[in-house]
Amino acid sequence: MGKQIITLTVNGEKHEVAAEPRELLVHTLRETLKLTGPHVGCETSHCGACTVDIDGKSVKSCTMFAAQADGAEITTIEGIATPDGMHVLQEMFREHHGLQCGFCTPGMITRAYRLLQENPNPTEEEVRFGIAGNLCRCTGYQNIVKAILAAAAELNASKEAAQ
Amino acid sequence: MYNFEFEKPATIADAVAALGAEDAQALGGGQTLLPTMKQRLAMPTKLVSLSGIGEMQGVCSNNDGSLSIGGATTHATVAAEAAAQYPALADLASHIGDPAVRNRGTIGGSLANNDPAACYPAAALGSGATIVTNAREIAADDYFQGLFTTALEEGEIITGVRFPVPEAANYQKFLQPASRFALVGVFVAKFADGVRVAVTGASEDGVFRWSEAEQALSASFSPEAVNGLQVDPANMMGDIHGTKEYRAHLIGVLTKRAVAAAS
Repeated sequence: MGKQIITLTVNGEKHEVAAEPRELLVHTLRETLKLTGPHVGCETSHCGACTVDIDGKSVKSCTMFAAQADGAEITTIEGIATPDGMHVLQEMFREHHGLQCGFCTPGMITRAYRLLQENPNPTEEEVRFGIAGNLCRCTGYQNIVKAILAAAAELNASKEAAQ
Repeated sequence: MYNFEFEKPATIADAVAALGAEDAQALGGGQTLLPTMKQRLAMPTKLVSLSGIGEMQGVCSNNDGSLSIGGATTHATVAAEAAAQYPALADLASHIGDPAVRNRGTIGGSLANNDPAACYPAAALGSGATIVTNAREIAADDYFQGLFTTALEEGEIITGVRFPVPEAANYQKFLQPASRFALVGVFVAKFADGVRVAVTGASEDGVFRWSEAEQALSASFSPEAVNGLQVDPANMMGDIHGTKEYRAHLIGVLTKRAVAAAS
């Protein structure tokens, strides 16, 4: 029951960390790797504030043991911005006021980041269904949905321009 | 949560051996087990993760037209890979929980847990599926034995589930929006030799077949065939989200909707 050594590649950087079997991934990210973007909200798998991207899939990092992520590639909100500046989603959340207190925002944007890769051109309904596992208690979701749709449009426009 | 040992075997044989330890517990996607352990409602001494077992992953078609799904296959994978052959099952999988839950939760985990409001038990019972374990094959009709109770023995693992594919099928889920479980869910499947109707979320005894509706629908597969049929509210669950009578009423409504959508 002692600590086990696990390997995680987080935001492109490889780490070897020691974790007890019962350690939740979100705690490894926040306390060992000091990536405090993934938030501990409800810790009951409902709110999605801890959402990270694991091997190309959205996962709630409070509902996974670090040991289960051994060998995985993880992206947190800290890994979403580019060296040139904020990710389009981050820009659009600011532009459309897609946050008030900001607590859900890292999980919300990390989920939206994956959603737009799964479905680059979602309808409003698909956005709402796609972020069903991320709760926001401030905005009523209106501006979050607007921000995600605006980001989709922006990303599609820049893809077209590049072709 | 209390600490435990963690193992991630690569074969079914190694998993069965690891589960021989006292108070060892199989771990699927952990979307129910982790919250349960956080509340100290479960205190296994050892967790045996099934996610590293290749032969328990994925969806494949069999020569007889049935569909086999590995026990460690996630809901998201079933939603994507069963869509062509068994769209009603894929649709059910695509509405379990939320996207993050579907990326981790597994069909074997859901069936082993047998939550009275879970979706997969309705699909398995409604399809007349076969639950395949490391030791034997269990017909769905014999498998579900009440709230959180199944025919599984201590240490037995669901390695796969085999679904006969019906001529037409549909699942209607009346969503409990906070939990994203079914307040009531009805799975209707029409086979050449008759119709099966399985109900989840409603009964105090967990998933069950509504035999009166099955007989009526086998005679005439139309929503009207269910008119006048009523499930006895006495054995239904009643809570702040819905009374026994409300759940009993929803069963009829959702059965009609499922038949209309399937036919």
